[in-house]
Amino acid sequence: MTLRLNFLLALLLLLAALFALMTGPDGVSPRLITDWLNGSDSAASIIIADIRLPRVLAAAVVGASLGLCGAALQALTRNPLAEPGILGVSAAATLGATATLYFGLANLSPWILPLGAIAAAALVTALLAAVAVRTQGMASLILTGVGLSSLAGALMALILNFAPNPFSLSDLVNWTLGSVANRSLSDLAISAPLILLGSLLLLSQRANLSLLSIGEAAATAHGLDGRKTRLFVIAGTGIATGAAVALAGAVGFVGIVAPHLVRPWTGHDPGRALLPSAWLGALLLVLADLLVRLLPTDNELRLGVVAALAGAPIFMAIVLRRGRPGHV
Amino acid sequence: MSDLILDALTVRAGGTTLLDGITATIAPGRLTAIVGPNGAGKSTLLRAIANIIPSSGGIRFGDTDLKALKPLERARRLAYLPQAHELAWDISVADMVALGRFAHGAVPGRLAAADQAAIAEAMEATGCASLADRAVTSLSGGEQALACLARVLAADTPVLLADEPAAALDPANQYRVMECLAARAAAGCTVVVVLHDLSLVAQFADSILWLHERRLTAHGPASLAEFERHVPALFARTPGFTTDGSKALYFRRDPNS
Repeated sequence: MTLRLNFLLALLLLLAALFALMTGPDGVSPRLITDWLNGSDSAASIIIADIRLPRVLAAAVVGASLGLCGAALQALTRNPLAEPGILGVSAAATLGATATLYFGLANLSPWILPLGAIAAAALVTALLAAVAVRTQGMASLILTGVGLSSLAGALMALILNFAPNPFSLSDLVNWTLGSVANRSLSDLAISAPLILLGSLLLLSQRANLSLLSIGEAAATAHGLDGRKTRLFVIAGTGIATGAAVALAGAVGFVGIVAPHLVRPWTGHDPGRALLPSAWLGALLLVLADLLVRLLPTDNELRLGVVAALAGAPIFMAIVLRRGRPGHV
Repeated sequence: MSDLILDALTVRAGGTTLLDGITATIAPGRLTAIVGPNGAGKSTLLRAIANIIPSSGGIRFGDTDLKALKPLERARRLAYLPQAHELAWDISVADMVALGRFAHGAVPGRLAAADQAAIAEAMEATGCASLADRAVTSLSGGEQALACLARVLAADTPVLLADEPAAALDPANQYRVMECLAARAAAGCTVVVVLHDLSLVAQFADSILWLHERRLTAHGPASLAEFERHVPALFARTPGFTTDGSKALYFRRDPNS
């Protein structure tokens, strides 16, 4: 069943991406794609290759990264509310990215900003994993995440407070709202391989994360190397979330919504939910970005804002459902 | 089959000694019960043998140092049923039991014929076959205990450790579980079980590790004489025994209390 689900979601993602490439302010134009492929129209080439393709690809890889990281964090902490955004991993990555901008380090090399985001994301994920092991409680983990998120937010505010000029300020605000507009293929060339690396680390733990569903003691007795699993998930989440934030800024709730939606179709097995969560995260963000582009607003809505507006009610619904027996 | 050998097994945590120098040789083909009052260190001993918690001293299975093995290699030799069942997610009972085959390279959805046979046998033995499609989180405490025992039996290991496997069960299922474990022992496994119900111990155990204040006070056969010697010292109560030869043991309420 999971194989068919993966195939279906990948197909839907492909169709959504093609539709997003064809669609612009002037409506749907399949001819743009053929013109671009033929190389017969330079305008089509600019629109597709320089503007829409990087944007669609960025939305897809960021969505996949967030969906996968959400599913992996939920499996590791055995908590359906765990997600890079809610647990402060995205906020820390945003702080790491903006800190490199603020201190002028990002100008030294295109790798500095993503590495700053990754280091901060990995640090917070490690702290969360330590809390998850010690407390075994859902509330403590979420509260720790809220605390870390607030701390990262406060440090962000401090940076904004002391931003040297208005340009820097708007640059920093962009990171906190999340967007894939105006991304180039060279931006993708830095972040996408890192996202792939993080994703492979997470997917390698698929079976171990399934086993963790019976509790850490029982799982250890059945052969789980708990330390290795934690390390891989922390490193994978840190790298993938950090690289996603470096590319698109903070985009919340995809990591909680995607695993939640695929779970009934994967037998509620946290390991089997990993890959479908990545596909669905990518699909959701490609569609959300299409919506952002098509909504007739004076200032373009930010992707992170749309994701939060759609995702927060679903998060609340999961919280409320958890009060009922037989639900996770 | 080999002996399970504990050599000065000691557990310390935060400056407190939780288990103090347990040395014992546990024979295969027998059901060995760990008996002692609350806080005696029974569950700690089982967790230490299963390598769930760090310990000093040796744990060998025959010539094999269990502590030196990699997690998967150890899990192919030794299965452990914890007292608390921390089941997350709405996975089905069949998928949860299938996780018992993890050390054999199986995961739910990718099961070889041998895995499927072991899972089916374990679910049949514990009476879980009819629950196969139910979500584990929707089961009662007793049903969860049976399903978790099925997972441990499915692992098909020569050493089987179980912490209070009958605690949450009705009398019929208590005897079903103990009969399962006794059958495994009769088939040659080394079965070590923590039990509080001394009547079950008397009827099913072949030998007993008597624990008191985190130390091993005695290790011997599960004979009535041993019960008469150790139970009053450990539990401050004198047991009675049925006279029909069934080895059923009971306690009476103290009329003065």
